[in-house]
Amino acid sequence: MNIPAIRISGVAKHFGAVRALDGVDLEIGSGEFFGLLGPNGAGKTTLISALAGLARPDRGTIEVIGHDVQTDYRAARRLLGVVPQELVFDPFFSVRETLKIQSGYFGIRGNDDWIDEILHNLDLTAKAGANMRTLSGGMKRRVLVAQALVHRPPVIVLDEPTAGVDVELRQGLWRFIRRLNEDGHTIVLTTHYLEEAESQCGRIAMMKAGRIVALDTTANLLQRFVGETLNLEEVFVRVMNS
Amino acid sequence: MIAFWTLFAKEVLRFWKVGFQTVAAPVLTAMLYLLIFSHVLDAHVRVHDVPYTAFLVPGLVMMSILQNAFANSSSSLIQSKVTGSIVFVLLPPISYRAFWAAYVLAAAVRGLVVGLGVLCVTYWFAALRFEAPLWIIVFALLGGGLLGTLGVIAGIWADKFDQLAAFQNFLIMPLTFLSGVFYSIHSLPPFWQQVSHFNPVFYMIDGFRYGFFGVSDISPWTSLAVVVVCFVAMAAFTLALLKRGYKLRM
Repeated sequence: MNIPAIRISGVAKHFGAVRALDGVDLEIGSGEFFGLLGPNGAGKTTLISALAGLARPDRGTIEVIGHDVQTDYRAARRLLGVVPQELVFDPFFSVRETLKIQSGYFGIRGNDDWIDEILHNLDLTAKAGANMRTLSGGMKRRVLVAQALVHRPPVIVLDEPTAGVDVELRQGLWRFIRRLNEDGHTIVLTTHYLEEAESQCGRIAMMKAGRIVALDTTANLLQRFVGETLNLEEVFVRVMNS
Repeated sequence: MIAFWTLFAKEVLRFWKVGFQTVAAPVLTAMLYLLIFSHVLDAHVRVHDVPYTAFLVPGLVMMSILQNAFANSSSSLIQSKVTGSIVFVLLPPISYRAFWAAYVLAAAVRGLVVGLGVLCVTYWFAALRFEAPLWIIVFALLGGGLLGTLGVIAGIWADKFDQLAAFQNFLIMPLTFLSGVFYSIHSLPPFWQQVSHFNPVFYMIDGFRYGFFGVSDISPWTSLAVVVVCFVAMAAFTLALLKRGYKLRM
């Protein structure tokens, strides 16, 4: 039996009177390139936070490759790499120091070869010794991606990874992410650039008000409205308005 | 253990990279206290038959240890929370015990580095003795650990820098200044002597000073018992907060 990369069962989360997640059920298979779409406030980031252990659901369970993110959190977090949405960084350290520290947090020492490979693939080699403060927004975004990959997680969550990244860097980033996916990594992507989701993701879930309102392969979603040829953005707008 | 050592090393590196601000500045401040107070009082005051300047040095060293241990863990946490970089520590599989131990140990290291710096620069101004060095080490470690733990609580609790400043200015500063750094509590009126006994910092300073001169306001064993109980209680409280993910995990 294949264990799904991510299994989300009946997850609900309230913030005061706001129902951020309202009984979400979702399974993402191993090796999928999966898109999680929705307008602002739909619950995407809350769902990712719950998956990453940054938020505790009021009810329901979440597993990463069979490991519960609450009761077996250490195993679950080792299997997960998360690129956060906010452009955050520690201003005290260089790019290489940042990646070595992040490796250490995951219990890994002597990770230099893999760090060099990540730096090369993300076109960061020339900036390895630069302090994080001195990097442009796009460079910082790529360091965030690198930090999520230092422990070679089989499941990678990218929360708006290309926000504020120029076209050239964006294309390089997608080449690298696609290669990781071809190597067997499961990719979960949230983005507001729907053309990116359309071109990259094999399956997509659309969220609205804390619920999943559409879940299908990208190809099926594009043919959801019979007799019309729509792109993903048009499908998204119709689903959200329905 | 690798995660713990990495977080500890990162916290030490963090303050070391800005050592001018985190080590040199508090050493200079302590030296200024010594120069001013000793110039004014040394010729007139002896405490426990010890010249005032010599009496003052251990108090200043301990005060520096305590204030800097608190500053290290609290400022690191609030800064990480405000900038959002705390996520890098929350995403990996670091246990809440390792989290606490790394922050507190790094805070104690900064306190001890500053304390040692203060001792080195003030040593030349006073005839110090080292009657019971073990007491000096024990109280320095416990004091650094206790205030480092208090710094973790403040750093977790505070959402903004001004809340942390309030914690520091309205709790930590009065506790350290009114603890016998600059005086023996026997020089206080009876009421304030009694009040001083409710200040845990008083026991840290008094026990620490015993290690230098072999004399103190109260028995060092009593001070040790109070400080150990406070440390254990604060550590247990902090671990409970971290286990719950209080203000760290939604």
